[in-house]
Amino acid sequence: MDALAAQFFDLSIMAAALPMVIEGLWMTLALCAVVVPMGLAGGLLVALAALSPKRWVRWPTIALIDLFRALPPLVLLIFVYSGLPFAGVRLDPFVAVAFAFLLNNAAYYGEIYRAGIESVPPGQMEAARSTGLSQAQAMAWVVLPQAVRNVLPDLVSNTVEVVKLTSLASVVSLSEMLHQADLARSVTYNASPIVLAAGIYLAILWPLVRLVGRFERRMAS
Amino acid sequence: MGFADAFLDMAVIARYAPSILSGMGVTLALAVLIVLAGTAAGLALACLRATGSRRLSIPIVIFADVFRALPPLALILLAYFGLPNVGVSLSSFMVLFTVLALVLAAFAEEIFWAGIAATPKGQWEAARSTGLGFRSTLLWVVLPQAARMAVAPLTNRAIAITKMTALGTVIGVPDILNQATTAVSFSGDASPLTLAALAYVAIFLPLVIASRRLERRFQWRRL
Repeated sequence: MDALAAQFFDLSIMAAALPMVIEGLWMTLALCAVVVPMGLAGGLLVALAALSPKRWVRWPTIALIDLFRALPPLVLLIFVYSGLPFAGVRLDPFVAVAFAFLLNNAAYYGEIYRAGIESVPPGQMEAARSTGLSQAQAMAWVVLPQAVRNVLPDLVSNTVEVVKLTSLASVVSLSEMLHQADLARSVTYNASPIVLAAGIYLAILWPLVRLVGRFERRMAS
Repeated sequence: MGFADAFLDMAVIARYAPSILSGMGVTLALAVLIVLAGTAAGLALACLRATGSRRLSIPIVIFADVFRALPPLALILLAYFGLPNVGVSLSSFMVLFTVLALVLAAFAEEIFWAGIAATPKGQWEAARSTGLGFRSTLLWVVLPQAARMAVAPLTNRAIAITKMTALGTVIGVPDILNQATTAVSFSGDASPLTLAALAYVAIFLPLVIASRRLERRFQWRRL
């Protein structure tokens, strides 16, 4: 038991690692501030393209969605970060992460929006058009607000996944929270810094996980 | 160097195809083990929670919340580098399997529990009134309905989590991605990454397409 406490919950090591881990936390938050809005915006475009009446727009979009849902995010990231330099494209780690995750997140958010838009009865669009709104206006002001409300739990739960995903950036040496914690771990030969980082992830994400649960129960009843 | 030279050098692809293939074996084995163990454990936990005992349900809820909120990579590093120092030495394969099976168990527990909780009370009462006990009611009346609701979300989650086997490359599991990055550093060419991407697509694209079908079939979940 003592060995367990010393290896995972050494408070003095945690205190020493705290400044480093907090520094990483800012990077994690900066990543989220870029990756989440990009994913939400990209996903919306993807969903609209996937629902396009034009076949030559719809089919390639759906094929790309499935392709990027089939590839593990880490594979995309390594492809972008370590692969592209062989073709003469060298990206900064932050840009590589943002780009690789945009491909992955736009596909996932896109599927959620699409399910939401499909859940709005077609009569809503028809009624909105009949009042003189254009197709785009009817989509933006009538269909989308209802669609987003219907899939809000899924959007939040996917956002939790995206925040967790930012930890992969540590693999390409971006100094986000897990990277910093693991660096402290390798210097101290002690896992407590990672427990500290895990505690911070938990503090950020647990409320969101609970929120999703509450949404889902409310929708079920 | 052009794009085709960097990513589609046929000589490099031919040379490293066998090692990517062996990586596919490792990834597939992990995926099957994780799905079986994670789903079974999640189902068992949801059934325990259904007994209504607080002593059982509180730790189960905490487990499910923690393993859904933490990044799997953090758990993998924690287990791989932390456990040996307290006398538990697991191979990198076992660490990856255990962590991802636990993560899937946490999500599966919540998905099955949502199905059990959504089964109308009248179903329980009617089954009990015919003389079935708690266990038989759960097994023969409630679970078949809950499982139907669980199929689509569980498939999506299982795909997402088995894709995370790629994280094993960080701790040296010889999976597809690990074989590919090794091949890239030996060959000085990015083509093995193309091969790896194709290998993942070969495994996961059919599953993604199947999950799309399942979602359509079980769409009645949403209004």
